[in-house]
Amino acid sequence: MTWLTTFPHMDDAYLTAFKKAIDEGFRQFTRAYGDRIEAFFSPLQSFLIFSERLMINTPWPIVIAVIALIAWAASRSSRVVAGAVIILLAIGYFGMWEDTMRTISMILVCTVLSVVIGIPIGIVMARSAHVQNFVNPILDVMQTMPSFVYLIPVVMLLGIGKVPGLIAVVIYALPPMVRLTNLGIRLVDRDVLEAADAFGSSNWQKLKNVQLPLAMPTIMAGINQTIMMALAMVVIASMIGVQGLGQPVLKAIANQYFTLGIFNGLAIVGIAIIFDRVSQAFGLRLQKHRETVHG
Amino acid sequence: MADRIGHGIEIRRLYKIFGDRAVDLVDAVKGGMSKSALMEQHSHVLGLKDINISMPGGCIQVIMGLSGSGKSTLIRHINRLIDPTVGEVLVDGVNVVKMNKADLMQFRRHQTAMVFQKFALLPHRTVLDNTVYGLEVQGVSRKRQVENAMLWIERVGLSGFQNRYPNQLSGGMQQRVGLARALTNDAPILLMDEAFSALDPLIRADMQTVLLGLQKEIKKTIVFITHDLDEALRLGERIAILRDGEVIQQGTSQEIVLKPADEYIARFVKEVNRGRVLQVGAVMDPLASTTVPPRIRVSVRITLEETAKMLAQSGEDSLAVIDDDGRMVGVVDIRQIVKAMAPPEPTIVGDLRVTEPTPDLHRRYTYVPEHSQQRVL
Repeated sequence: MTWLTTFPHMDDAYLTAFKKAIDEGFRQFTRAYGDRIEAFFSPLQSFLIFSERLMINTPWPIVIAVIALIAWAASRSSRVVAGAVIILLAIGYFGMWEDTMRTISMILVCTVLSVVIGIPIGIVMARSAHVQNFVNPILDVMQTMPSFVYLIPVVMLLGIGKVPGLIAVVIYALPPMVRLTNLGIRLVDRDVLEAADAFGSSNWQKLKNVQLPLAMPTIMAGINQTIMMALAMVVIASMIGVQGLGQPVLKAIANQYFTLGIFNGLAIVGIAIIFDRVSQAFGLRLQKHRETVHG
Repeated sequence: MADRIGHGIEIRRLYKIFGDRAVDLVDAVKGGMSKSALMEQHSHVLGLKDINISMPGGCIQVIMGLSGSGKSTLIRHINRLIDPTVGEVLVDGVNVVKMNKADLMQFRRHQTAMVFQKFALLPHRTVLDNTVYGLEVQGVSRKRQVENAMLWIERVGLSGFQNRYPNQLSGGMQQRVGLARALTNDAPILLMDEAFSALDPLIRADMQTVLLGLQKEIKKTIVFITHDLDEALRLGERIAILRDGEVIQQGTSQEIVLKPADEYIARFVKEVNRGRVLQVGAVMDPLASTTVPPRIRVSVRITLEETAKMLAQSGEDSLAVIDDDGRMVGVVDIRQIVKAMAPPEPTIVGDLRVTEPTPDLHRRYTYVPEHSQQRVL
C-alpha cells in the first residue's frame, strides 16, 4: 500500500537523468547560439546605454523642465505638473538623482518595447479567436511564473546586465498591454463597425479609423498597467545587474539598512505616482468626446 | 453636385436561413417547411423566404414589418452586410451576391450609403469628420471632402454644429449627422434601416419632411425600413410588407389601404388616418360622357382631407378630377369622400362581422365573441 501514502513518482534515477538531459541540451544550445543571440540583442543594448547616458548627462534642471512639459502636455493639469516637480526635487535633494534617472530610462525603454510588441499582438488576438486561445495561456504563464525562474535561462544565454534585465521586465510587463488591447478592440460597438463596413472601409481603414481610436482609453489603461508592472520589477531586475534604484534596495536588504531601503523604495513610489497620474490624465483627456451635454 | 438618378434594385428568389447547414435546408424550405418546423426539427432560423421585390430607380421603397419579420436582414442583403443563402440581388443589372471582396468594397463605397437606427456615428470624431467618412474611405482629397460635407451639413440643418461631437447632440440631431454622412457619399442608393425609429414622434415627422424634401431633388433609390405603417404610407411610393420573413403584400400606399391582402394587414390599416393617406384618384367615379363636368378641378394625387376642405370652401357638390397631364378623368362628390374616409365598419350577420372596405373588394369575416356583440350593436 505504499502507493497510497507516497505518491507514485518517476524513478529517481530516471528523473535525474531527465533533468540532466534538459539542462545539458539547454547548455549546448547556449554555447552554440549564445553569441548570435547576444548579437541580436546588441542594438537594444546600445539603445539602453544611449537612453541612460542621455538621462544622466543632461543637466537636472533641463530634465525636470522636460518632464514637467510632458506632464503638462498630457494632463493639462497644474496640480499634476506641480506634484511631479516636487517629487523630482525631493528625490534629487535626498541624493538619489542618478539612480532615479537610470530607473526612469529603463522603465521608458521597457514601456516603449512592451507597447511596440504588445499592441500588434493584441490586435491579432482581437481578430481571431484561434490566436486568442493560443496566446491567452502564454500570457497566463508570463504573469504567474515566478520571475526568478525565467531569469535563469535569460542569464545563461545573455549573462548579467541591462539586456537580460530588460527582457525579464518586458516578460512581466507585457501581458496587460496585450490583454487590454485585445479587450479594447473587442469591446468596440458592433453598430459602428457595421457602419464602417457599409461605407466600404478596408480592414486597415476599420482598424485605423474605428477600432484603435475607440479602444484607445482601454489601451491607455494597458500602458498605465505596463508601467506600474515594470516599476514593480525594478528590484528583481537589479539582481541581474540592472542599475538604478533597485540596487540600493538590494543592498539594504542584504545589510539591513532600514533608511536606505525606505528612501529608495519611496523614490520608486514617487516615480510610479508621476507616471500613473500623467498617463491616467492623458487617458481621460482622450475621452473628452464622451462627455454628454444633453441629458 | 453630380447627382445620378438612383439605380433600380431587383431582389429575386432570395432565401436566408441562419445556421451551419443552411444550404442543405434550402430545398426543405422551398418545399414548404415552415419557420417553426425548421426551428424544431433542425434548430435553424428562417430569416427570409422567397423574397422577390423589384425596386424602380429613383423611388422610395418602404419595407414594413414588425420586429422579427426580417426587414433589417433584408436591407443588409442589398449591400451584402449579410450574405444570402440563395438568391440574387441585382443592382443596376449587376449581381451583388456574386461580387468578390474587392468589388464589393468598391460597390459599397460608390453605389450605396446607409443610415442606421442607432445612428452608429464615430464618437471620437466631430460632426464634420463623421460626415466626410464615406469620402475619406474613397480616398477623395480633404478639400473636396469638406466642401461636400459642409454642403450637406447645411442642408440637413446642422450649420454651426460641425465641430461638435455626436454625444453633445440630441438624438434627432445625431440622426441628421447620419443622414448627412450618407448623402455626402453621393451614392445612387440610400439604405435607411429604421432610420427614424429611435426618434420621438415630432422629430420623426420633422425628419420625414426633410427626407421627402431632399428626395425631390436628389432622386435616389431609397430603401426605407420601418415598423410604423403611418411612416411607411407617408414616405413610400412603393411598400412591401414583411411578416415572418415573407413578403405578404406589395403595392402603393393606396393599394395597401384600400385592398389589404389579409387580416394581418387589415388590422394595421384600420388605425390609419385614411383622409391623409388616400388620394382622390382612388375613390372617384370614372368620368361618364353624359355628366356635366363640375367647375372646380383637382389633381388625382391630392388627399381626401384636402379634397373635403376644397369642397367645403367652394360650396360645390362635386369636383372634377384631372390626371398629371391635365386631362379630366373622374368626378368625386362629398358622399364618396366621407364614405372612404371612415374606416370600414362591420355589419352584424349572426356571429360574424362582414367588413366591406370598398364595394369591389373581397369579403372578410371576423369572428366576434359573444360578450363583445352588445357593444358593437
